[in-house]
Amino acid sequence: MNDFLFVVFPYICLTTFVVGHLWRYRYDKFGWTTRSSQLYENRLLRIGSPLFHFGMLGVVGGHVFGLLIPQSWTDAVGISEHAYHVAAVGGGLLAGIATVVGLAILVYRRRTVGPVFSATTVMDKVMYAFLIVAIVLGMWNTVAGSILTLGGEYNYREGVSVWFRSFLAFQPDASLMADAPLGFQLHALVAFGLFALWPFTRLVHVFSAPLGYLTRPYIVYRKRDDTQLGSHRPRRGWDRVG
Amino acid sequence: MKVMAQMAMVMNLDKCIGCHTCSVTCKQAWTNRSGTEYIWFNNVETRPGLGYPRTYEDQEKWKGGWEVNKRGRLKLKGGGRLKNLATIFSNPKLPSIGEYYEPWTYDYSTLTDAPAQEHTPVARPKSLISGKNMKIEWSANWDDDLGGSTETAHRDPMLAKIAEKVKFEFEQTFMFYLPRICEHCLNPSCAASCPSGAIYKREEDGIVLVDQDKCRGWRKCVSGCPYKKIYFNHRTGKAEKCTFCFPRIEVGLPTVCAETCVGRLRYIGLMLYDADKVLEAASTEDDHGLYEAQRDVFLDPFDPDVMREAEKAGIARDWIDAAQRSPIYALINTYKVALPLHPEYRTMPMVWYIPPLSPVVDVVQETGEDAEDKGNLFAAIDALRIPVEYLAELFTAGEVEPVDAVLKKLAAMRCYMRDINMGRDPDASIPAAVGMTEEEMYDMYRLLAIAKYEDRYVIPPTHAEQAHSLEELSTECSVSEYGGGQQDLFGEGSGVPTPIAVENFQMLQDRQTSDSLAGPENKEGRVNLLNWDGKGSPPGMFPPKGSDS
Repeated sequence: MNDFLFVVFPYICLTTFVVGHLWRYRYDKFGWTTRSSQLYENRLLRIGSPLFHFGMLGVVGGHVFGLLIPQSWTDAVGISEHAYHVAAVGGGLLAGIATVVGLAILVYRRRTVGPVFSATTVMDKVMYAFLIVAIVLGMWNTVAGSILTLGGEYNYREGVSVWFRSFLAFQPDASLMADAPLGFQLHALVAFGLFALWPFTRLVHVFSAPLGYLTRPYIVYRKRDDTQLGSHRPRRGWDRVG
Repeated sequence: MKVMAQMAMVMNLDKCIGCHTCSVTCKQAWTNRSGTEYIWFNNVETRPGLGYPRTYEDQEKWKGGWEVNKRGRLKLKGGGRLKNLATIFSNPKLPSIGEYYEPWTYDYSTLTDAPAQEHTPVARPKSLISGKNMKIEWSANWDDDLGGSTETAHRDPMLAKIAEKVKFEFEQTFMFYLPRICEHCLNPSCAASCPSGAIYKREEDGIVLVDQDKCRGWRKCVSGCPYKKIYFNHRTGKAEKCTFCFPRIEVGLPTVCAETCVGRLRYIGLMLYDADKVLEAASTEDDHGLYEAQRDVFLDPFDPDVMREAEKAGIARDWIDAAQRSPIYALINTYKVALPLHPEYRTMPMVWYIPPLSPVVDVVQETGEDAEDKGNLFAAIDALRIPVEYLAELFTAGEVEPVDAVLKKLAAMRCYMRDINMGRDPDASIPAAVGMTEEEMYDMYRLLAIAKYEDRYVIPPTHAEQAHSLEELSTECSVSEYGGGQQDLFGEGSGVPTPIAVENFQMLQDRQTSDSLAGPENKEGRVNLLNWDGKGSPPGMFPPKGSDS
């Protein structure tokens, strides 16, 4: 069972994530958008959206740090376990609270503002459910696990993180995850579920983060692409007509 | 020198009767889809008035276009690259739908399904955004013909700049129409604001387009464009803008708005310009210098050096010929009667306007004096400061002299031509008074008054060897090759693209049949007759056959 939950299922989700994105980019560039609803409503969005997004950037940064960097590295540069813990919990709380508050505002807005609600697709709703559960579980792990230490001390950098790196290295060790507290297990499972949904939702806009804007020239010139003036490539001369 | 060709337009405002035919035909051709209800690539504003969207010209509020900073460098008024990215999650300068208007339809079924009753049934307006009943309070041309302007027109940002108080009393007012499309600027601030780099300027003809596959819906272009001519399609989540009807231009046809203009007031042609000088010209310190600076960017297509450089830059010989015959070049540079709209936005706009003499003529006529007498007209142009200053706020960043000069040329042309039409000897002193020869004046008259189709539209087609794959001809594949309809899984319109012409047909049909109020549910039984072209009968228009008893 553990092998399925923490090896097979995550790999299925990861594969869906990668292949799904390739497929979506290949076949649905037109649908690849943030689908902003700012035009409908701005008052709530102006507060909620930056809170959520900036908070989320912090959360993702924290996950990258916590999951990918081994404890031995931070030990090697002389960061004590306690110092790390304080920084991680402090930063995590700050980013987490911003994310949760932002998300609460955005969900409230999506449900109560008529035009926004009627522009919400089924896929959006499913995605929101996974996103909310993942974020709530993550917050629970931080607050209950690391601050209140309800289920006893758990150093995820010796458990979940090692499992995650072994998973990425294609030498997964399910036992590490099986020993983790339930909150961490559920958080990981829901997150992988979200990854599987990702390419089929509006979340794809994350991969369009326009960093190139900082370096490209202001005005873009483009030659008309004579090989593809219409929406289809011209037929090659030897292709059958009709 | 880097020679580039730009497709440009000039509109002669004296001829505009405000019939909105251009807006309507453009809408039928391009924005006849759900999500684009409020989008007018072409709109006609009554000036003085608020414009569309409301007060879009107030750049202190909307922060569109460029400005010169303290070090004399050109920067986006909305903020630099970092600030632009930092505000990506919520665009602080995005006009709300209320600044445009909430699109609506009527609940026609209450009329068609009404039982016999004492009172006439009423079709209530329903919002196309929320689907709820709504009160119609604004639209794209709510203040048409100065309607309600005693209430609203004092908020016109251009009037606010004129010190004297303009009275909106019937006897003292003036008005004219201002048709607007995208300016297809030489220095487009929408493109500069786009984080994804989806907005580009075509190298061949300078048309500014949005790559629908690259647009990610960041909405920065909407606030970046000072003319507010980029719109956000709220269904597809992508930016859309006037395309200068590029599929038509490519085969040598004028844009739909120009083709259908009943006043024949639009001119289309090529301008050659020096791309290396654009930035410098846009950085001109004094707002008043921008009109001249932009004229300096244009190149003389008759200059042998320019012709040689143009050929080196890969501009075909027939395009250079077209640039020489261009009515745009004649109106902007030879006769100098066309002026840019809001040069102070520093985007180097390429749709120019011949300011209207009619507010002046109207006033002279009302006094009972001869409105075609040179002395009367010249005196009136000098005396009627308010209309002239207002025009200057629109076309020359408030500098009165160039507008004055244009109006005097137009006045002189009226007077000079009247003598000829009345069979009297032409008076050479009239053109001389505005620095023109008799021949020039007559040529200008021909171009402005009686130019034929091929004189108004000098559009060199894209080269014939490529023509088979152009959008409008589209001999490449039959319509049936394209799968029917859209795949709505990821939101409206997602899936493989269809060519523009087919898409219109497809979407027209979809819309005829599926025009539910806000969402795509409940497709049956609702027909949008506005979009019905009279051919065939869209499903749902008549009750199914055989069901009647």
